[in-house]
Amino acid sequence: MTGASDLRPVSAVPAAVVWLLLGALVLQIGWRALAPRPTAEARNLPAAPSAMLLQIASLGDPVALAKVLMLWLQAYDNPPGVSIPFLELDYRRVTGWLDRILTLDPAGQYPLLAASRLYGAVPDPRKQRQMLDFVHGKFLEDPDRRWPWLAHAAVMARHRLKDLPRSLRYAQAITERATGAQVPGWARQMRALVLEQAGELEAARALIGALVANGRITDSHELNFLRRELERLEAGSERPRDDAAATGENES
Amino acid sequence: MLRPLATIARSTAAEAIHTRFGWLLAAVVLLGFSLVQFLAQVAITETREIQVALLAASFRFTLVFLVGLFVITGITRDHNDKVVDPMCSLPLSRGGYYLGKLLGYSLLCLVSVLPLALLLALFTTPDAAVLWGASLFLELLIVCAASLLFGFAFGQVTPAVSALVGFYLISRAIASIQLMAHGPLAEAGSFSQAVMTRLVDGIAYLLPDLDQFTRTEWVVYPAAHWPELLVLAGQTLIYVLLLAGIALFDLYRRDP
Repeated sequence: MTGASDLRPVSAVPAAVVWLLLGALVLQIGWRALAPRPTAEARNLPAAPSAMLLQIASLGDPVALAKVLMLWLQAYDNPPGVSIPFLELDYRRVTGWLDRILTLDPAGQYPLLAASRLYGAVPDPRKQRQMLDFVHGKFLEDPDRRWPWLAHAAVMARHRLKDLPRSLRYAQAITERATGAQVPGWARQMRALVLEQAGELEAARALIGALVANGRITDSHELNFLRRELERLEAGSERPRDDAAATGENES
Repeated sequence: MLRPLATIARSTAAEAIHTRFGWLLAAVVLLGFSLVQFLAQVAITETREIQVALLAASFRFTLVFLVGLFVITGITRDHNDKVVDPMCSLPLSRGGYYLGKLLGYSLLCLVSVLPLALLLALFTTPDAAVLWGASLFLELLIVCAASLLFGFAFGQVTPAVSALVGFYLISRAIASIQLMAHGPLAEAGSFSQAVMTRLVDGIAYLLPDLDQFTRTEWVVYPAAHWPELLVLAGQTLIYVLLLAGIALFDLYRRDP
């Protein structure tokens, strides 16, 4: 590589070359500025490919591919300007992708966080149930590691769906199946939390507080995310979803 | 000006014959065909679609890799053999040398793409194969110009190839990276998030959106995509001019 001291001054470059460079640079920036901005609209989410194909595509590094796919998947949103994220997504496709990502990286927790706290929070009871069922199914594959997501699903079923039997079923599943030494005792008492007459805010606060105290949540981004969730609940306005939820429930 | 330019272009293209580039290309075609024949045996449905998709994708990546490597090794060989330095002592010939090289390698791209597009036509419609081939040729022109730039700038194979791979991968992924940066869960108001988003947008302005080029869906699900080819041609023209401008700027600043 040529060192800076070996170079001739800029004045040695013909003016035509300088103009070519500057002109092309302006054209390139203009071209890209005029090009439509990339968007990932909900309707464009493709179906998930087979797990085997993804394994091949990962070139022997499935965990890295799983992490990138998760970030890519969550970029799929409604058309810009619509304030309720993820509502228009085809949830069969979403669960397909989440399932493949978990297959690539079974120890990863991100897909379950997304299923229970993002995609499961849309104001559409049918889609909420779909996501909670997904979390339940995945919990059964690895109960000792995935119980926190089912615990959240139990709270969601109780307070958002008002579906007590479903909520109790999830709590019971944690009690019966999450029996590893690393699962705290209070987790096996989820049934009591579900049956308490407390509201969603108290239940969510109790669950998150216990998870943090237990050292299950340490990532600062996740803590921030949960803090914002609690603040929304506290403010009582908890996203525009609630209003739409009522509408959605009425419609259904 | 035109005669030496044509001579350099001819000798550059002839370099491909001496280095058995054609044989390498033939091996790629043979390997690609063997792979898709194997897959055709195991596929239960969409056999033709699987064949054409994998054939198109493997041809595309292999050709990009081969052309990039070929251009960079050619330029670094010129550099090591002191071909560039004497040329630098003749100020008027620098532009001609660069254009001759670019023309020669562009010819090589054209000659490489033609047989692959013809072979692909066996699995898809002729229109789709022509569209795919034309787009691949445009993509290779950008790869060629980038390889020339990195070859001249670094003068060594390892850093030049590393830069080319980085350039190509980021250009292919920049739209997805932008989507992630602007995703609905990005922490609004966070300073670091704002800086990262601006940085990603800034980089996107300076790179070609290569994931719009030579899309496999064109040959798997043939439809009229000709207007898109015009857009790609415009982007190629602008980007090759930009890369040429940078390379010439670097060449003219070298001491003889």
